[in-house]
Amino acid sequence: MTDVLPAPPVEEVAAAAPPQSPGRIFWRQFRKSQIAVIGAAVLLVLYTLALVAPFVAPYPQEEMDRGNFNHPPMALRWVDGEGRFHVWPFVHPTVLENSARFTYAENRSRILPLRLFVRGAPYRLLGLIPTNTHLFGVDAPERINLFGTDRQGRDVFSRLLFGAQVSLTVGLVGIAISFTLGLMLGGISGYFGGWVDNVIMRTTELLLTIPGLYLLIALRAIFPSDMPSHQVYLSIVVILAFIGWATLARVIRGMVLSIRRLEYVAAAEALGVGRLRIIARHILPNTMSFVIVAATIAIPGYILGEVFLSFIGLGVQEPAASWGNMLADARSIRVLRSYPWMLFAPGAAIFVTVLSFNFLGDGLRDALDPRRILGGKTS
Amino acid sequence: MRVFILRRLLQVIPLLLGISALTFLLMQLAPGDFLDTMRENPGISPESIESMKTRFGLDRPWHVQYALYLRNVLLRFDFGQSFSLHQPVFDVLREGMLNTLLLAVASAVVTWGLAIPLGVWAAVRQHSWVDKVLSMMAFAWLSVPEVLSGLLLLLLAASTGLFPVGGMRSIDWDSMDVIGKALNIGHHLVLPAIVVGMIPLASRMRQMRGNLLDVLRLDYVTTARAKGLDERTVIFKHAVRNAVNPLITLFGFTIGALLSGALVAEIIFSWPGLGRITYEAVITQDQYLVLGAVLMASSMLIVGNLIADLLLAAADPRISYD
Repeated sequence: MTDVLPAPPVEEVAAAAPPQSPGRIFWRQFRKSQIAVIGAAVLLVLYTLALVAPFVAPYPQEEMDRGNFNHPPMALRWVDGEGRFHVWPFVHPTVLENSARFTYAENRSRILPLRLFVRGAPYRLLGLIPTNTHLFGVDAPERINLFGTDRQGRDVFSRLLFGAQVSLTVGLVGIAISFTLGLMLGGISGYFGGWVDNVIMRTTELLLTIPGLYLLIALRAIFPSDMPSHQVYLSIVVILAFIGWATLARVIRGMVLSIRRLEYVAAAEALGVGRLRIIARHILPNTMSFVIVAATIAIPGYILGEVFLSFIGLGVQEPAASWGNMLADARSIRVLRSYPWMLFAPGAAIFVTVLSFNFLGDGLRDALDPRRILGGKTS
Repeated sequence: MRVFILRRLLQVIPLLLGISALTFLLMQLAPGDFLDTMRENPGISPESIESMKTRFGLDRPWHVQYALYLRNVLLRFDFGQSFSLHQPVFDVLREGMLNTLLLAVASAVVTWGLAIPLGVWAAVRQHSWVDKVLSMMAFAWLSVPEVLSGLLLLLLAASTGLFPVGGMRSIDWDSMDVIGKALNIGHHLVLPAIVVGMIPLASRMRQMRGNLLDVLRLDYVTTARAKGLDERTVIFKHAVRNAVNPLITLFGFTIGALLSGALVAEIIFSWPGLGRITYEAVITQDQYLVLGAVLMASSMLIVGNLIADLLLAAADPRISYD
């Protein structure tokens, strides 16, 4: 018996070779930052939940339960009133105790087991597949309100999920528009210089001199106050993008000014490549790592812009839910003191989202640092 | 220095013209005719509507209106009439600006009063648990929007009764003596100032920490220590002074965020400042009030930036603008 050492597998040989693709180095660096991975994972979960909101939410966002105004959150329980342990979680049904102050008493003698894949209100999954199956629920006519109900008896948990569809996507769509604008105008400004540069830069100064939220509400005034919800959504996105492009355009301009002096740009010019093509294909890609980090850090600002507008009643209108107009419900002292879940549910959702984006942005900044990608710095 | 200020002030003119033109255009695009709204209001006499119409050319195309507006502002310092409050716009805004300024100053006290000592603390105890906890809290606080911190503080005020839940004065304010009046306003000011002041706190604290760590590595600090000076004296008399300088520049950059944050706090705590006036003017489509308010807010931003530049020159002898 002779042991023959196996030849090293091909992958190992490849891995031992010194040059690595930037993507790979990025991924290795990114994984090192635990908080960035956590941030990315949380965001993935949140966006998935928003995508399948009508399936996960037990009730439609506008469905009111007239017997259950200002109902407190229901606790999932495993131990019943007689001290018996249940493997499957359940809730106790409640009865209205005081109809003036909306206090509810749990009926400990009855248990409502949590059911999976229950039939409920019909909807279209992902906007396509008609169905009426919801992820969880309890046997009708009893209802489950994990995060309580609001002053119209609507399920806060369901509204939080539907609200996420607005609040989470406003940031992405807004940033997509404003960064496209910022990249294009900043690139043109930096590359062409002269009067074009002058006009674009003076415009950005104008926009940056008006304090952000003042500009936001002044811009909102040009749209009618009673629009259908999809138009409101569109107008918010357009407003946020209009405010947001200026900062980016200024930074991109600076970067383009330095990149255009590099030799490879002169080479492209000598080869007769068109000027807009040089900007789009040869100069702007070089600013990408900065742009990705800047976008990640900027998204919370857009989300908060929508939250603010809806909070002051100029954004998404009832009965459609957004995290901002859910917070607006909690504006009165009475609600804050007696029904604080109306503040804490959307508040926590906003906090977790913004925190996750900040975590992600922090990790991306480290991972996309060109010095690290080039292997200069390793810690 | 004088040349620098003059040049900066000259740059402001086209900027303000641009802002007023932009805002004017926005207000024109807004749906609804405010002349109709005014006619429906029994509180406004037809004569005063007619007088406004001729004074501001309300029946003429928008560029004529804008020219008239500019002429009224420049020649007579007349910013028009507030339709909803039946007062000259400037009178409404003057009080709002003072109140916003008061809020801004109070929140700056909160920011700097906390950021500098905490930053110094974190730097002196670098890598200790104090440093780590402070930096974690700073990171978390960065993610609390003003809308949320405002509502949380409002909840605190409502459930403990320690602070008023909004407004600027108590009902019996008129019957108080001077000190009582000042204290009363101060009492109402605490929560909104915390909301606004906490926004830039996290980044200011981190910057103070970083600056101080940089300064502590410099030779003159080593010299001071070698002379046998007490560590306390080295840090507070020699190092901190130089570490604060870069923060003054940043002060200029944060004025925009400060004004935006003040707008949120003013709405939540019913503080009668410029932001609240702007918000109510937008809701009631009070064209000239919105216009004036946006102009005033932008002017505050511009003046704030100028002051920050001058402060920096005053604080750092290495900088001169000549």
